[in-house]
Amino acid sequence: MTNKEKAKAYWKENIRYVLILLSIWFLVSFAAGILFKDELNTIRVGGFKLGFWFAQQGSMYVFVVLIFVYVRLMNKLDKKYGYDA
Amino acid sequence: MHSLLVEGFGVQNWTYILVGITFTLYIGIAIWARAGSTKEFYVAGGGVSPLANGMATAADWMSAASFISMAGIISFDGYDGAVYLMGWTGGYVLLALLLAPYLRKFGKFTVPDFIGDRYYSNTARLVGVICALIVSFTYVAGQMRGVGLVFSRFLEVDINTGVIIGMIIVLFYAVLGGMKGITYTQVAQYCVLIFAFMVPAIFISIQMTGNPIPQLGFGSQLADGSGTYLLDKLDGLSTDLGFSEYTEGSKSTIDVFAITLALMVGTAGLPHVIVRFFTVKKVKDARKSAGLALLLIVILYTAAPAVSVFARTNMIETVSNQPYANMPEWFKKWETTGLIVFNDKNNDGIINYVVDKNKNELKVDKDIMVLANPEIAQLPDWVIALVAAGALAAALSTAAGLLLVISASVSHDLIKKMINPKISEKGELIAARLAAVIAVCVAGYFGINPPGFVAATVALAFGLAAASFFPAIILGIFYKKMNKEGAIAGMVIGILCMLFYMTKFKFGWFGGGEKADWWFGISPEGFGTVAMIINFVLSIVIMKFTPDSPEDVQEIVENIRIPSGAGKATH
Repeated sequence: MTNKEKAKAYWKENIRYVLILLSIWFLVSFAAGILFKDELNTIRVGGFKLGFWFAQQGSMYVFVVLIFVYVRLMNKLDKKYGYDA
Repeated sequence: MHSLLVEGFGVQNWTYILVGITFTLYIGIAIWARAGSTKEFYVAGGGVSPLANGMATAADWMSAASFISMAGIISFDGYDGAVYLMGWTGGYVLLALLLAPYLRKFGKFTVPDFIGDRYYSNTARLVGVICALIVSFTYVAGQMRGVGLVFSRFLEVDINTGVIIGMIIVLFYAVLGGMKGITYTQVAQYCVLIFAFMVPAIFISIQMTGNPIPQLGFGSQLADGSGTYLLDKLDGLSTDLGFSEYTEGSKSTIDVFAITLALMVGTAGLPHVIVRFFTVKKVKDARKSAGLALLLIVILYTAAPAVSVFARTNMIETVSNQPYANMPEWFKKWETTGLIVFNDKNNDGIINYVVDKNKNELKVDKDIMVLANPEIAQLPDWVIALVAAGALAAALSTAAGLLLVISASVSHDLIKKMINPKISEKGELIAARLAAVIAVCVAGYFGINPPGFVAATVALAFGLAAASFFPAIILGIFYKKMNKEGAIAGMVIGILCMLFYMTKFKFGWFGGGEKADWWFGISPEGFGTVAMIINFVLSIVIMKFTPDSPEDVQEIVENIRIPSGAGKATH
């Protein structure tokens, strides 16, 4: 692989990770916490209605996890392409 | 609650001690970490560790609005308060995945720097500087007001004296230390503010539900053995008084959606947040420190809605249908600041707190919920004083971060890059410090004489950032053909749309308008989402009709996409 092809392949894999993680980002906040919260509110976990919980708690926990997953994935990807120097 | 030793020692003395200790600490750090070069002044020398940068970002980010106002707003808005919780945290995912690594690789000092170089145009740079100044000034005035509020209530000095004391402290460490000084003071401020927020939250959670973790406590059963869940009880109390159910809220779905998105995107476009990621060593560190920053922020943000529920329940139970004569001391004290107002309309001596405007006799300012919460829950004096110190840490750390953006915009982007490129390193450093001094004075002026619109525009600063910077930066990284014509048009029209909508519906310019006139039912706070879409679409359309960006610029873009070889930040 030339340098240019390598850079292109790296970028493609990166974009794939970003798209997958951003879909989850959208699902836990905009979908679960806003658009479908009424449906989810019929489910209860302890004292929480589930839609309310996603909006005021759950989405934020997932956000943190998403960033650390991305950090791990990218550290591996950097190594694979030798960009970690 | 009081031990014998501290009996009668008093909230005020505790406040003097805690505020005195923390202020001494901040000043000490500033002297130790003072900046000797422009690089240290703008980006702390570029060698900050990811953890230190994460803590500094968290303190920089969590302002008086997060610490003082947010839990209060949520306690009045119920479910709707989620817009702030998701909006002010979700932006970090965008930052970590879409912006921070690439901007770090680009290796410049400021956001207008990126805009100017990526779009090979000083016009673009100037637009960037103006946007950065508008966003930062609206934001900083609110912080100085927060400082004044805390001083006036807890140290019983005049609110203006409070603002001036705050100005002197910030002036001292921002001017002396620059980015290097504020980074390390922010690390200390994070520790102070998170401790100050969590201690009362944990105390009250144990009191009300027996669960020491507030995040779980507000979904637990009450500690009184009744088997009732706290949230169910609050839903009941709210509907009894005529409010909507706490867990349901009252905003429309489209508005909640738009506000949340505008706040997220605005967060990712705020210059004082982005610039923090220029201070780490490597691209890898930029990603990691965004994750650490969010983790540290989420500790407070997940506890805040719990505090809201505790405070709301406690407040309704303490005041609703109770005789005015029996009100505790905190009620009277806040009455003197005018933030609690009781007007006994039917002269029965009982506080009627209901939705119906004609019958309601009590007005409670949202801003006092966090500050009054420990008193309402009858916690020890030192906890109440700790909250005051925490609120000051939150306001000062954010104010310092914003002032630095303002000073760098003037000394680096305006003077060094546009007016006088031959200025010496020493001259630029002097200009940066002078600009910081002037910015502090302007901020202090607005803190003392708040024009009516300041409070209203703090939330709108996000809309402005979303409408201007976010699309220009994203397109600059992910669309290498994007040219200066498209980006400049997008930023200018985007921010003008946002300014038009907010002045129309907030201050009644351009014929004004009511809630019923909102476009698509979207409030001014949420309009940043619409303005951002306009910016994106316009940029791309104009780009199609104008020449692509030059080859060398496209090569730069290809280069920033690869993490290796990130040099230190340069001019």
